[in-house]
Amino acid sequence: MIDIGLFSEIFQSLNKNKLRTLLSGFTVAFAIMLFTILFGIANGFQNTFNNEFAGDANNSIFIFSGRTSKAVKGYQTGRRIQFDNPLYSTIKKEFSDDIEFITGRVYKNVTASFGNEKSSYSVRAVNPDHQFIEKSEIKEGRFINPLDIKNYTKNIVIGNLVVEDLFGGIDPIGKYLDLNKIKFKIIGVFVERTEGSDSNEARVIYMPISTAQKIYGNNDYIDQINLTYNTNLSEEEAVAFGNKIVDKIKDEFSVAENDQSAVRARNRARENQEITQFNGVLAILVLIIGMGTLVAGVVGISNIMIFIVKERTKEIGIRKALGAPPSSIKLIIVLESVFVTAISGYFGLVLGGLALNSFDLKDYWITDPGVSTSLVIGATLTLILAGLIAAYVPANRAASIKPIVALRDE
Amino acid sequence: MGDSSLHVLKGINLYVEKGEMVAIMGSSGSGKSTLLNIIGILDELDSGEYTLDGIEIKDLTEKKAAQYRNKFLGFVFQSFNLINFKNALENVALPLYYQGLKRKERQEKAMFHLQKVGLADWSTHLPNELSGGQKQRVAIARALAAEPKLLLADEPTGALDSATSQEIMQFLQQLNDEGKTILIVTHEEDISLMCKRIVRLKDGVIMEDKKIKQNRLV
Repeated sequence: MIDIGLFSEIFQSLNKNKLRTLLSGFTVAFAIMLFTILFGIANGFQNTFNNEFAGDANNSIFIFSGRTSKAVKGYQTGRRIQFDNPLYSTIKKEFSDDIEFITGRVYKNVTASFGNEKSSYSVRAVNPDHQFIEKSEIKEGRFINPLDIKNYTKNIVIGNLVVEDLFGGIDPIGKYLDLNKIKFKIIGVFVERTEGSDSNEARVIYMPISTAQKIYGNNDYIDQINLTYNTNLSEEEAVAFGNKIVDKIKDEFSVAENDQSAVRARNRARENQEITQFNGVLAILVLIIGMGTLVAGVVGISNIMIFIVKERTKEIGIRKALGAPPSSIKLIIVLESVFVTAISGYFGLVLGGLALNSFDLKDYWITDPGVSTSLVIGATLTLILAGLIAAYVPANRAASIKPIVALRDE
Repeated sequence: MGDSSLHVLKGINLYVEKGEMVAIMGSSGSGKSTLLNIIGILDELDSGEYTLDGIEIKDLTEKKAAQYRNKFLGFVFQSFNLINFKNALENVALPLYYQGLKRKERQEKAMFHLQKVGLADWSTHLPNELSGGQKQRVAIARALAAEPKLLLADEPTGALDSATSQEIMQFLQQLNDEGKTILIVTHEEDISLMCKRIVRLKDGVIMEDKKIKQNRLV
């Protein structure tokens, strides 16, 4: 049934009525353009969120300590909670199934000097796993390794901006850097992988945690415990996992269960959940608005198709008198509708895409707005469906036209 | 026809042989158009019987009716009823399209029939580029294209001047000579005289049904 003849019929009909075709296409093109722009903006929001947190692994949990705010078991409030090596080992052992990487962190501010250059930096003393929790990339040399921890080596890994600040073109690997009058050997240089993350991250100096504990306090204190959870965990499970660790630590230190300030965790899973929820709401909104405009477009096309059928009543009558079965009349109307809808819809899609690309909306929290291939495919199917729906009423009306009535139509 | 039931034809008994050329005469309101529409399967009869080429035409589905119209009947209308955005050849080829013929075959057949009405040179012209007589000849070619058993003409000369009318009637006579059965609805006396039989209708009944000596056009 579908052959060149049928298509040439449709082209002929569309071509003879350019203005009509244009007008009916316009509504759909406009609807799809709006939809594309809205969708792109929603995508842009999502991208912004993703970038905002891109500095850390997206399955990270950071655990901090503070002072207690609730009296419990005879302890006063305001007691300082101090993490230490035994706690670290306990957590590492107890939750080994769900932990991917784990590290302790000890902070220290130092004045670093190399030759005549001198500046102050913050030292992060960490375990080897840290490299995978913070997305920092080794540019030269290596990161802290287990041997450094075991042997309390005075090895450090510095950020590329430290190199820029102090070394002025000299290769820093193997050189000694003076930190508060103690010499450390530079074994590696790292760069912050993520764009737009603040430059402080690239001015950090990494040191084996054991070394820092020994030199700066001769204790086993840890300021912060960072870990990434096993990626098998769902977001909900991960949130629960984070809470479990916090509860465990509270238990170790005899902190009241509802004490919010003694032990706190920043769990990416929870943030992800919030972002996912926000994006979900946004997506639903966009979908509702988009569907609304699309429905308006479909109604518009349907209306115009009904008008077209009315206008072509006589022609349809002639065709019927010549032996056109109702199905063939329907097919003409349906194909014309689908064709106009699909083409103009695509036009709208392209226009919307161009509009998204031609504005820089970074200042408005919209990063790289755009539409995906899957959306384009989905939109195509939707458009064909929309064309079919738009044609339903007019096609049936056309098919039910009696030739005798149609021929009398002047 | 219409929304309310109205007795337009009140007992018609008509038998047309193969190869006849019949004029159906009557003033407006006599029921001649209704009769033609029923014969043309454009309208349904409320009661009675209609047999076309041995097949009873009754309670047809739209699809079946379309098929019969395509196969058995060729229509010629007063206002030509050509499709105005299709050229002469495409108009003639249209019933062949509904027969399911291949494009090439359609075009060949359509061209043959255009040639027969003497308009081969006008095949690519649109209807509004043709004169009234030419349009009617294209319409006749279209009616003949599907090789129907019966040619139905509703006031075929109604919109034409007398010279052109003569030309069209001459052509219809010629077709009849070749064996085509033709039914012409007209209210013009001189047109009816060019047929072989005249059926006069008045108020839905046959007043007169007589064979005549055909007024030949040369």
